[in-house]
Amino acid sequence: MTALRSWEGFLFAVLILIYAFNAWNSPVFLTPGNQINMFQLSVEKIIVALVMTFVTINGEIDLSVASVMGFAACAFGWLVQAGVPGLGAVAIALAIGLMCGAFNALFIVGFGIPSLVVTLATMIAFRGFARVLVEDRGISDFPDWFDRLGQAGMIGPVPFAMILFAILAVLAVLTLQRTAFGRKVYFIGANRAVAEYSGLDVRAVKAKIFIASGVISALAGLLFAARVGAVRGDIANGFELDIITMVLLGGVSIFGGAGTMSGTILSILIVLALRNGMALVNITGHIQTGVLGILLVLSVMVPIIRQTGGRLIARVR
Amino acid sequence: MRIPLGTLRILVLLAVFAATVLFFASQIDGYLNARLFNRISGSVAVIALIAVGQAFVVLTRNIDLSIGSVVGCTAYFTGGILIAYPDLPPLLVPLLAMGIGAVFGAVNGFLVARFHLPSIIVTLASLAIFRSILVQSSDGSSITTDRLPTWLTEFATTNAFTLGELQIRWIVVISILVVLIAHIFLTRFRAGRTFFAIGSNPDAAAFAGINAGRTIFLAFVISGALAGLAGFMFLSRFGNITVVAGLGLELKSVGAVVVGGVNIFGGSGNVLGVLIGAALIDVIDTSLVRWEVVSAFWREAVLGLLILLAVAADTLLMRRLLNRKPGGTP
Repeated sequence: MTALRSWEGFLFAVLILIYAFNAWNSPVFLTPGNQINMFQLSVEKIIVALVMTFVTINGEIDLSVASVMGFAACAFGWLVQAGVPGLGAVAIALAIGLMCGAFNALFIVGFGIPSLVVTLATMIAFRGFARVLVEDRGISDFPDWFDRLGQAGMIGPVPFAMILFAILAVLAVLTLQRTAFGRKVYFIGANRAVAEYSGLDVRAVKAKIFIASGVISALAGLLFAARVGAVRGDIANGFELDIITMVLLGGVSIFGGAGTMSGTILSILIVLALRNGMALVNITGHIQTGVLGILLVLSVMVPIIRQTGGRLIARVR
Repeated sequence: MRIPLGTLRILVLLAVFAATVLFFASQIDGYLNARLFNRISGSVAVIALIAVGQAFVVLTRNIDLSIGSVVGCTAYFTGGILIAYPDLPPLLVPLLAMGIGAVFGAVNGFLVARFHLPSIIVTLASLAIFRSILVQSSDGSSITTDRLPTWLTEFATTNAFTLGELQIRWIVVISILVVLIAHIFLTRFRAGRTFFAIGSNPDAAAFAGINAGRTIFLAFVISGALAGLAGFMFLSRFGNITVVAGLGLELKSVGAVVVGGVNIFGGSGNVLGVLIGAALIDVIDTSLVRWEVVSAFWREAVLGLLILLAVAADTLLMRRLLNRKPGGTP
């Protein structure tokens, strides 16, 4: 019972319930093919959710991630079409992600404007750049190796992006929970003023996180382009909702300072299983997004629900 | 003589607006004429309405990202009701649309004010939830012009009066009236001042006995109701309503509010500035399409950079005026 008291324990129980329900609802759900498919369909979002966990625990938010994904993917498509070799285009697209992150950091850290406002504006601007590059076309003549990387299995049926996610997840857990940098991320998120007076390099930590967010988002955008084998101006549009939901449902406080990477990973599994379960019973994408919206509201209400729940339990005792 | 900061902002905005129009006039042949006004004023009317609603919310240190979905939903539901009951008295229809919008706004307001949830998260979620309500109830079918009563589809192009070649449409008159009423309410009424009080210093407002929850709730209801009225105009202007109606309007409303000089951290701003901000954004948006030098696809990029520029300029200017150290939380 004590395990259930922690948020992660609760998420784990919810996850098992959803898995059980889905397995009972559809015989296909537990097959390895469907499980891989379930991951693969959202692998880009869950990669970004890892870095968004850092951003949110640090007390900030990055609404521009989906637009950076789109910008990087469209830049890649544009470069390939212009005759740039595939690897060079990948490198430039990643560099664009780095610059997007640095641009956000300049306004957030340099000028002291809240990340909410800055990334809301760059969410529009970066998406705009993506549209400028591909206009209303679709670009799909990518190099063969690029398409294969996104679509074919690498180790058995497991594709490259999933392996990359696994590696990044391990790295993210280690960095956040086991390094001095990770402790700084929590400390700054919990109380920025105290962190500053303690002599922590608050601005450097924040800048690093936003730049990492840009690079990882660009990487995710490229993986998305490789998986669907094409880019359009609206690629990855609206993904920030899913990504932020995954992080907040994982128990990360929107005000910073609290949350764990394992919580995010558990909530990633919950969101994936929910979407997959709904898709298996033919619930359309828009409605799935609506359900995720409700889940997002519920997840920010978590502290309140816990409080009320605690009070009820105390009264019963 | 010192000019008050608020007035200075409006003057700067007007100068920027005039410079923008003159710039496009020098670039596009036959740009500056009555047709330009007649064409743009209709869409400015819609954006100004939602921007004023957004301004109420932003003044209280919140944000409403669900506006685009509320516009889409009210346009759809109002259209649906009119198709079912075509004999509804015309005067009732915009009120009905405002009522529907207010219900959506109340949902946001309740969650934000009652549970102290961050408005950005709540409205990001309701943006998706309201849109999926629209998708679910429309079931893929859409409202089309030929099924709507003719008075409605003609309303958007009906003139209240004309000034020479300038056609002043009813929707423009309504929109300007709303802006003026909002301006007088916010500047001259006690209830209006509470919006500023909460935004500029929530603790002081609480000590002064202001009910923050009620004011924030009201701000979201106003935002929803004005989005509803905008939805009615949207329905009248376009007639055909699909599941993507109003998509992205929330960003334009935030843009108009921020460019119009409302402080994004709440507590200061002027809805007359918001009206100019809405006009400025719409002029840039529509003129870029006609400007041959850059592609029309620059619209979003320009909008985003414009918002960022406005916020950065405002923050740095205010910081200099207040002589505060950079890097601190505002």
